[in-house]
Amino acid sequence: MKLLLKGARVIDPAQNLDALMDVLVEGGKIAACKPGIKAPAGAKVLELSGMLVTPGLIDMHTHLREPGYEYRETIASGSAAAVAGGFTSIACMPNTLPVNDNRSVTEFILRKAAEANLANIYPIGAISMGSEGKQMTEFWDLREAGIAALSDDGNPVMDAALMRRAMEYAYSLELPVIQHCEDKNLSAGGLMNEGYQATVLGLPGIPAIAEEVMVARDILIAEYTGTRIHFAHVSTTGSVRLIRAAKKRRLKVTAETAPHYFTLTDESLRNYDTNYKVSPPLRGDADVSAIKEGLADGTLDAIACDHAPHGRTDKEVEFEYAACGISGLETSLGLSLSLVQEGILPWPELIAKMSCNPARILNLPKGTLAKGADADITVIHPDLAWSVDVAAFHSLGKNSPFSGRKLKGRAVLTIVGGDIKYDGRASQP
Amino acid sequence: MMKLAKKDILGIEEMTADEISLILETAESFLEISTREIKKVPTLRGKSVINLFYEASTRTRTSFEIAGKRLSADTINIAASTSSAVKGETLLDTARTLEAMNPDIIVLRHSVAGTPHMLARMVKQSIINAGDGAHEHPSQALLDMMTIREKKGRIAGLKVAIVGDILHSRVARSNIYGLSRMGARVVVAGPATMMPRGIERMGVEAFTTIEDAIAGADVVMMLRIQLERQKQNIFPSLREYSHHYCLSRRHMKLTAPDAIVMHPGPINRGVEISPDIADDPACSVILDQVNHGVAVRMAMLYLLSGGNE
Repeated sequence: MKLLLKGARVIDPAQNLDALMDVLVEGGKIAACKPGIKAPAGAKVLELSGMLVTPGLIDMHTHLREPGYEYRETIASGSAAAVAGGFTSIACMPNTLPVNDNRSVTEFILRKAAEANLANIYPIGAISMGSEGKQMTEFWDLREAGIAALSDDGNPVMDAALMRRAMEYAYSLELPVIQHCEDKNLSAGGLMNEGYQATVLGLPGIPAIAEEVMVARDILIAEYTGTRIHFAHVSTTGSVRLIRAAKKRRLKVTAETAPHYFTLTDESLRNYDTNYKVSPPLRGDADVSAIKEGLADGTLDAIACDHAPHGRTDKEVEFEYAACGISGLETSLGLSLSLVQEGILPWPELIAKMSCNPARILNLPKGTLAKGADADITVIHPDLAWSVDVAAFHSLGKNSPFSGRKLKGRAVLTIVGGDIKYDGRASQP
Repeated sequence: MMKLAKKDILGIEEMTADEISLILETAESFLEISTREIKKVPTLRGKSVINLFYEASTRTRTSFEIAGKRLSADTINIAASTSSAVKGETLLDTARTLEAMNPDIIVLRHSVAGTPHMLARMVKQSIINAGDGAHEHPSQALLDMMTIREKKGRIAGLKVAIVGDILHSRVARSNIYGLSRMGARVVVAGPATMMPRGIERMGVEAFTTIEDAIAGADVVMMLRIQLERQKQNIFPSLREYSHHYCLSRRHMKLTAPDAIVMHPGPINRGVEISPDIADDPACSVILDQVNHGVAVRMAMLYLLSGGNE
């Protein structure tokens, strides 16, 4: 199928491109990206003036729950949520049941992704068997099966020696290693950010140093071994400072944050609403400012929503027993656009953090509209005002603290491999 | 007389000084009932009160039960020893089940902070928080304030020192809110491991020694040390703790001359309070607190049931 996208503002940070032009898609690839393209015979023409056309957005940190927790999300429902949120590619963490620590689970995920046939799905393999932090998984075999990266995510590698070996072995295979930084001894028993709000609420705290101690440790390991490390969902001032200093010293360090860490603070827990319970926890005002600064100065390379869908029974329980996480794929872009609206990031920088940079970190042949690239494209209506309706989520996880929130701007068209996988233009007011 | 315009009593934080005074005055008027030969009035006849206790408690549960019975309410005790999560029944399921039985008031004790607040959003019945995690214990703070008022004639202008594990104490938090709101000056003391972050923002002064905290204090409130906290390394041993934080005779020279000593109970004799202080009628008001507890809980049940309408 031929597709001609006409008259939009095309932003492709990978080519340093930001101009009004047309994009021609043929055979699932970008055939041309320039002004004044004439529609070839048989091409479907989309008039998109006032819209933004960007390389397909990539969320490098999601949880798709299948296999094992299909009541929370399936690969099909998660894929639908992804394209509805403007994402053409997503990477999914290995904390399924069973854990994605072997070839057959990876192959299962990829088969389900192909059946869903919506977004590109890149499984992330576990670093250790069962993510138990003891025995390394077969990185080589997992890579051949199709994983894009390695992580034990919510069960961070506490054993520094295992982390060192994993980083070395993964580096020789060119596999990125992603760490959820949390010293489990420092965070033990904690339910929210340690500080005044936790004191008032009487909830056990998780200190910022629980995250920062592991960021510091892994920077040291990366330096010593000459390998690279990617930090997931950075949430504290101290982590931003450590990563900034490491980058200044040209260490191979990259990092992401999630929309809730630049949107919410621990004060929102005042009503004990478990939809605000996340890991790492929501922090204070100073941390939110530091995250924004880190995004603005390039310390934080990517925005990933840590999509963590849960069933009602996981959240409608006492605060201590409630699961952590936010169903984020369908609000991530809308929340992140506030960074442009507030003047923190120019448009190309935002698109870089949501497309080109994650592609670069995960070594994916994605994140550009250059001629010959896969035709993964997101069309964004930058001014569309809408409010978050969790009942309308494609995700099975309706757990969002942003329910009812008014946002400006969203994806209206998501094209994957040249095919329109989501078309939200009709739902415009 | 004004009335208590509240569906629930979840914490002292959200109470005005007028509301606190109303409860204390109502409680004072109920005090006499417990001295009668027939300790029962028909005020809450036909009302049912469920005491839903997810955490072991003898004192508070008994106190609420006696309070309900003295007002002729039907009181039902449910000791839910395991968490709803463990049972496989969610809090919402439990709430809906109880709601369907149509009680008037649910008194909830839970080890997880915020659970009464969740329950209050889920059901139409009035919820009384009988202690939630390290968050609030409003009936305890109210009975403490009632005791102080009785012994000192006022709360405003007094210096109150709270000593012990402030970090894990719901009694400390509720008292900080209540006493500050009623015009007292509150100071807290304990080793830094027992001091929550940002406590000063709650309007109190924090000290690391008992001596600094109780200097000139009109009221000294000692908190119970829980032995299991030793495993979290917030103190090395009861021996060392008691050497430095146990309220003893020598401390009474530092306080105001007529200072009173309080403790929410149950006391660890010789750990946070020496036996001779605990039993000294000249300063210890620990048993008055227990007595006032029944009256305060009667007032809470009464006012939430529509009170003096």
